[in-house]
Amino acid sequence: MDKIENLKREIAQREAELQDLRKQLAEAEAETPSVENGRDTTTSQSGGEGWKWPLEEHEYERYSRQMIVPNFGLQGQLNIKNAKVLLVGAGGLGCPAAAYLAGAGVGTLGLVDGDAVEVSNLHRQVAHSTARVGMMKVDSAVAYLQGLNPTITYRAHATHLTPQNAEGIVSQYDLVLDCTDHPTSRYLISDICVLLSKPLVSASAFQTSGQLIVLNSPPGKGPCYRCVFPKPPPPESVVGCGEGGIVGPVVGVMGVLQALEAIKLLVRGDHRRLKNAPADGTEEDVKQVGMLLFSAMADMPFRTVRMRGKRQGCFACGGGDGSALTLTELKTSLDYVQFCGINEPVKLLRPEERISVAEYERIAREKRAHVLLDVREKEHFELCSIPGSVNVPISRFTARREGAELEDLIPGGFAVLPPDAPIYVVCRVGNDSQIAARKLKDWGLDRDGERFIGDVFGGLRAWKDGVDPSLPFI
Amino acid sequence: MASAAADDAGHLTLDVEFSGGLEMLFSDQRRHSLVLPAKDQDGKPSTIAYLIHHLCEHVMKDSRKELFVLQDHLRPGILVLINDADWELEGEEEYELKSGDNILFVSTLHGG
Repeated sequence: MDKIENLKREIAQREAELQDLRKQLAEAEAETPSVENGRDTTTSQSGGEGWKWPLEEHEYERYSRQMIVPNFGLQGQLNIKNAKVLLVGAGGLGCPAAAYLAGAGVGTLGLVDGDAVEVSNLHRQVAHSTARVGMMKVDSAVAYLQGLNPTITYRAHATHLTPQNAEGIVSQYDLVLDCTDHPTSRYLISDICVLLSKPLVSASAFQTSGQLIVLNSPPGKGPCYRCVFPKPPPPESVVGCGEGGIVGPVVGVMGVLQALEAIKLLVRGDHRRLKNAPADGTEEDVKQVGMLLFSAMADMPFRTVRMRGKRQGCFACGGGDGSALTLTELKTSLDYVQFCGINEPVKLLRPEERISVAEYERIAREKRAHVLLDVREKEHFELCSIPGSVNVPISRFTARREGAELEDLIPGGFAVLPPDAPIYVVCRVGNDSQIAARKLKDWGLDRDGERFIGDVFGGLRAWKDGVDPSLPFI
Repeated sequence: MASAAADDAGHLTLDVEFSGGLEMLFSDQRRHSLVLPAKDQDGKPSTIAYLIHHLCEHVMKDSRKELFVLQDHLRPGILVLINDADWELEGEEEYELKSGDNILFVSTLHGG
């Protein structure tokens, strides 16, 4: 074990040294006059007196395959090289998006993320690695990107985007990619992009589905996130990838598509079109806005739908008749967490209707007649469960119509139980278990109090903490 | 796009789809072929509002209605696409259904 720990420590140390070296290299390069972004000082006259081409020699080598694509060309490459692009989120969307943008030669690539790499990220967050678990995601991603393309500039912002730091960070860039995972950040990013006139490429993914839309493009003309989604979804309907799951290539494909939209936008030069550019109607300034819906399991996995334009009186962008929102307001008085709501813990059972994991452990050990229902979905149950528990997913409870046969709910039916045998319900953390227990009571299974029905407080998480630390997953 | 307003018996055939997790509320089935009366109780042409009501009353098995409607309207965070166009381009709840219409309900995603 010591050997493993020592090796881990050594790897972390070497990683840190490498990162430091890369930083020194970047600084040294920045100080070298006349070689902008260049590192080719030995093998050619690139950047020297004799070099007469608009890009440097190594750039022709590196980017020629994309430059020779029709309508991309030298100008497209110059646009990309001169662009500064910010990715908010260095996770499942941000990693693939950043890789393609770095590969394409975006001049300055910024990454914002306040999280550290976890092992459970690695199946989809392709810029991180097992050796970099525990490192800040932005630093891990920059280490990967440096390896991919050391000739461009990276800026790592190791923080979450907040109303207070948003202006300072976003104002350094021309274009923003929303690669975050929560409505609160999505509204904040959209608002700051509207206020600072930055186009926004927004994507999201969950389980086997993804969505992609280009917003505020051109700035001040296209709809913003609030035009499309004026009201946030109720917090109980928001489930993250940590709880609901995500298939790696699903979020990967969405991140790659974000990079593609960003490249299209930069090549066309749309990020430089200014907010109040003449809109005399002759210009094809407002394009049809489309949203791409990806559904991996559907017969037709890719579908693009036509979306609305700007919303009159939009809270953020004002729909063209004077913005309602100001930078000062955003910084001082907008509370995005409150706007999107907080998921309150369920409170359906009284304390006497709930038992602790220690109590349940004793009941099971003493082999008292009872049944333990685990109401997590079957994919969770399959991974680990309390011995003897019976899986009846919560969806079976919520899907049941009044009057339907109760005996079908559990295998073998409730009739096999002694009429006073208690029913305990358990779930992941103790919310769904209350819903299920409450329903069983409402359906009369407690036989007017003859039978105890209640839940296991704190669910599998409490079981792992208090009884069986070997549970591999919750 | 289908043009037939209704068949002889005054019914509409609709292709209704659910995506982004909403299929969970509708028997885990993405696609439902529905037959609806062409006119509602008051003799007015059936609209999307009528369809939403019909889905809640007759198609949804799940008791968690609040994941689909809140205060008699579709809950925030669900997009409706009428023949692949945002319903806001088509009159939202007031849109009058035509036989052959494809109506897609999509839950907005936030993960990343």
